[in-house]
Amino acid sequence: MSREWPLWEVFIRGQHGMSHRHVGSLHAADAEHAIKNARDVYTRRNEGVSIWVVEAQDIAASSPSEKGPLYEPAKDKVYRHPTFYDIPDEVGKM
Amino acid sequence: MTPLFEFLLRQGDNALVLGHRTSEWCGVAPALEEDIALANTALDLIGQTQLWLGYAAEVEGAGRSANDLAYLRDVYDFRNVLMLEVPNADFGRTLMRQFLFDAFQVPWLTALQGSDDQQVADIAAKSLKEAQYHLDRSSETVIMLGDGTDESHARMKAALDYLFPYAGEMFADDAIDTAIRESGVAPLPSTVRTQWNETLRRVMNEAYLTIPDTTFNHSGGRTGFRHTEYLGHMLATMQTLQRSYPGATW
Repeated sequence: MSREWPLWEVFIRGQHGMSHRHVGSLHAADAEHAIKNARDVYTRRNEGVSIWVVEAQDIAASSPSEKGPLYEPAKDKVYRHPTFYDIPDEVGKM
Repeated sequence: MTPLFEFLLRQGDNALVLGHRTSEWCGVAPALEEDIALANTALDLIGQTQLWLGYAAEVEGAGRSANDLAYLRDVYDFRNVLMLEVPNADFGRTLMRQFLFDAFQVPWLTALQGSDDQQVADIAAKSLKEAQYHLDRSSETVIMLGDGTDESHARMKAALDYLFPYAGEMFADDAIDTAIRESGVAPLPSTVRTQWNETLRRVMNEAYLTIPDTTFNHSGGRTGFRHTEYLGHMLATMQTLQRSYPGATW
């Protein structure tokens, strides 16, 4: 068994932010410890109101080498972008 | 010295001495995350020191500032409990001491929020939020290390055995405490012992650590009667700049 603490990815929701954003990673023994470390490492300047942590090994990620097949096909399909509509102010942030 | 001045020095010196000891870990803690967390704790404590010693200086009315009290007093003027001035030794002892102190500070500052002295109540209310977080973190770390490897368990046991005889001084009422209670500023420190015992029992139980079976207490720090040899060395480091360059500012 490794003697190193596992790696955790940290997500913080800011004062006015709508969603949690990835801010970085850190090492911690367990989830509770990771949240405390995230509080100390990433919210020292009043950045956040909510913290999520997830162990890095639990994140499934796409492979950079598959960039072509994954993203190229969407490039020439401009009609998928809803840029031709005016959004009424009442709707707020989307 | 009035009882109120003396009382404020006791609060301020506890925060100052532990704050400085904690700051000694800056840059050398066993993990980057712990390094930052310890530095945050140290800064919280130094911030609390400014409030306590600032009010102490005001009460004294001799033209001294919080900085003068922190940097220009000598060992025999300090009123912190001895437990806070002994060296950090290892990370385990540092965190065990932090826990033993936090477990006192939380009920103590909670009680001080009801002080008849508005400034004392305000400082306590502000410090309490920090102390609650410190207690969360220190108790979790003590449990993690006590219930960890053979090595970490042995170190935590040694830390508890070493520090426990120093802890009782936090609750050792004297004539100043009685005068302070009569003026409505604070209850007797001994009144929070039950809560401290309860927290201690719960955390040590989870950490698989046995509370030492002794009633012996080191004392002399909070009365100023006798400090350990360690405080002088600590002050020499902490005060060197103001001693070498009196009045230096930045």
